[in-house]
Amino acid sequence: MIRLENTTGNDIASEISVLRRRMGAPATGMVMTLLVLADETSQADATLAATQAAHEHPMRILVLIPRPDSQFDRLDAEISVGGEDGPGEVVVMRLRGALAQHAGSVAIPLLLSDTPIVAWWPHDAPGVPQEGDIGTHSARRITNAMSESDQIAALKKYAEGYRPGDTDLAWTQITSWRTLLASTLDADHHQIMGAEVHVLWATAAANLLAAWLGSRLNIPVSVVESDGPGITQVRLITTDADITIERPDGKVATLRRQGMPPATIALPRKDWGELMSEELRRLDPDEIYGETLRALDEVGQGSLSLGVVIEENDNV
Amino acid sequence: MTERNPLRDRRDLRLPRVAGPSAMVIFGVTGDLARKKVMPAIYDLANRGLLPPNFALVGFARQDYEDQDFAKTVHDAVSEHCRTEFHEDVWDQLSEGIRYVRGDLNDPEAFQELHRVLNELDQDRGTGGNHAYYFSIPPRFFSVVTQQLQKAGLAASDSGGWNRVIIEKPFGHDLKSAQELNRVVDSVFPPDSVFRIDHYLGKETVQNLLAIRFANNLYEPIWNNNFVDSVQITMAEDIGIGSRAGYYDGIGAARDVIQNHLIQLLALVAMEEPSGFGAESVRMEKEKVLRSMILPDDLDRHTARGQYAAGWQAGVEVKGYLQEDGIPPDSTTETFAAIRIDIENRRWAGVPFYLRTGKRLGRRVTEVAVILKRAPHLPYSDSNSEAKDLGSNAIVFRIQPDEGMTVRFASKVPGTVRELRNVTMDFQYGESFTQSSPEAYERLILDVLLGEPPLFPRHEEVELSWRILDPVLAHWAKQGQPEQYSSGGWGPPSAYRMMSNDGRSWRRP
Ligand SMILES: NC(=O)c1ccc[n+]([C@@H]2O[C@H](COP(=O)([O-])OP(=O)(O)OC[C@H]3O[C@@H](n4cnc5c(N)ncnc54)[C@H](OP(=O)(O)O)[C@@H]3O)[C@@H](O)[C@H]2O)c1
Repeated sequence: MIRLENTTGNDIASEISVLRRRMGAPATGMVMTLLVLADETSQADATLAATQAAHEHPMRILVLIPRPDSQFDRLDAEISVGGEDGPGEVVVMRLRGALAQHAGSVAIPLLLSDTPIVAWWPHDAPGVPQEGDIGTHSARRITNAMSESDQIAALKKYAEGYRPGDTDLAWTQITSWRTLLASTLDADHHQIMGAEVHVLWATAAANLLAAWLGSRLNIPVSVVESDGPGITQVRLITTDADITIERPDGKVATLRRQGMPPATIALPRKDWGELMSEELRRLDPDEIYGETLRALDEVGQGSLSLGVVIEENDNV
Repeated sequence: MTERNPLRDRRDLRLPRVAGPSAMVIFGVTGDLARKKVMPAIYDLANRGLLPPNFALVGFARQDYEDQDFAKTVHDAVSEHCRTEFHEDVWDQLSEGIRYVRGDLNDPEAFQELHRVLNELDQDRGTGGNHAYYFSIPPRFFSVVTQQLQKAGLAASDSGGWNRVIIEKPFGHDLKSAQELNRVVDSVFPPDSVFRIDHYLGKETVQNLLAIRFANNLYEPIWNNNFVDSVQITMAEDIGIGSRAGYYDGIGAARDVIQNHLIQLLALVAMEEPSGFGAESVRMEKEKVLRSMILPDDLDRHTARGQYAAGWQAGVEVKGYLQEDGIPPDSTTETFAAIRIDIENRRWAGVPFYLRTGKRLGRRVTEVAVILKRAPHLPYSDSNSEAKDLGSNAIVFRIQPDEGMTVRFASKVPGTVRELRNVTMDFQYGESFTQSSPEAYERLILDVLLGEPPLFPRHEEVELSWRILDPVLAHWAKQGQPEQYSSGGWGPPSAYRMMSNDGRSWRRP
């Protein structure tokens, strides 16, 4: 790792090419630039997750940490190129003092040419992620309502500021639930009249899942409190016996439906690295996510009861 | 599915298709292929959430196991060879559906027992009468097992479920035996229930061949005899036959590799653009180009074969083929084979396609090299020592290792006035990128369970490739002992000769 103090975006860019040349490996085959907007508490985890995702998507990772509290206006950077962490490049930058307001200007010379740019806020994204210094440059913008103290409020904020190209990691977190539910309904079943999502807290993930079910199946869905961890059950109420998927331990789920023996399936919660890997697989707008956000609003006022609002952090 | 599933939306690309309830029977479950490839791939699919919760796996072999002992063996094989991380949770859920049937493939009673076990699974696990039979057994048993399945009533689809068979290459050893095998299998299973696995076709890079050709504007305009001089397709192995003498001797390099992998690769490189990327359209184009393939008249001049001799490879002393355990000292089986194929159509007339494969060659590599004609005029050619190769560009698809693509072109040597040199431009899926891209077997097995056949050759294709290869095999059969070649090199003298006869030379891959 190379440390540059009191530096500029241009100097960092030329240092990267020097390092590359010294290794005899030009920066080819990199598929995107990932901008990570983190703070000191989240930067280590976020960088780790991004490097994990870079195993699947070789990319340049730019971690931008605003430090407006600093006395001096200056840019410090740590650069790692290639090596143990995978094929990509990681630059962790601290934007001190007034520079904290100008993340975009620091990032611009460091963006890889002609490949997509993705922005990720591990927490606390702006109300309209697509606007502002970073968002305007990015084809895809990833927020993370799961790391906010009030997940529902955060999700509402992102729903209001939604532009095609936005997604939230809470949505990524429920892909495995959605997959299981969709394949369950591939088989014959009675008409579905309603549904329940059981969860420890009112989480962004549970509400998105409820909104998705509600809007797709055109049924009332309620979020019900349970002992956790995370989402513990989804119940589809039919004109006959209910279809249930229970996951009491956050790991293994049991699917029960009429006329079939109960079936178990692994449904583990994913960490940031796995979520980011999935997220970066597609860079076009996720229309279904957009529609689910709209449904969140509609259902929320009517039949979908929002659970307790919590002050504590929980992943799902 | 009674009606459209409202949870599915064409635009919802995150949701993978998950196989429906089903059971897979693996014949030859104790074998090499089952342990190293098939079962780990099944675990990886489960781990990726692509198998139904009530999936069941039935192993069939002669060894004496209880279900639990068998599950333990599978556990060990899977945890050693799986690609994704091994989670006990996923394993536990998968292992609940694992059963073992002991018996000989010739024994009808064993198939009655299999029938009973499958019925039980259909009841207890809800596998719904959907069964996939994986033939991971020596090819001579393919017909026996097919007939046993029929006699035991395991092939009939009147139960409402489906029955599919998966056959591994080799698909016969010549046109006649392939037709015979196809006749037996097709008499029991309908054509769209027979999946012939050629795991090469499941590889990302092979898939990418079509994407690169047809999703870009850069290549198709030059993909013809106006610009292409020749195409070389190479699959080289650095290892010898190892412990597979029983399988290999009498089969040889051409049957083992050219008939399936190389001719399939050739078809993908040379075929016309399909009207869609569905199974039917791709097959139609492949079949069309296979039908246009012809062999040269003079097979002595345009083919080569050899056997590796004792020698040194990469600094290690190695045995010759004839000294390998289990190989008769007068074996005429070739371990190196090279042939020229021409394609008689407007696009390719006059462009030779050279196919070669061999064991104990310089290094392990599989690639397709499209070599372009020389530039019509070389402005710098007079003073240049390397001029011979200059201006003849090449586009190389590396199938393995280092999956990716290289383009070769000439560029000025910096600091000189007019010295040119060939340089390459390289695209590589990062090493780790390929690590996390699914193994070919995962993709193929999932396609079988979903009933989607796009990557599988149908029997017409198999028979067409035998039709191309048979005359070469017949010609070689009259020639006695193949030429010896030194281990660690690039094949026998005749291989070099067949190229120089055409005024060309092999690329060093
Ligand atoms: N290995 C590879 O990587 C590879 C690659 C491509 C294609 N293939 C093809 O895949 C197939 C299997 O290859 P393999 O390498 O796995 O072979 P293998 O290691 O020799 O395994 C053969 C299997 O067949 C079983 N078997 C043989 N005779 C039997 C009988 N009379 N009754 C019941 N079971 C019997 C054996 O069970 P027992 O334990 O009871 O003997 C064993 O499980 C072959 O068609 C081969 O050509 C293999």
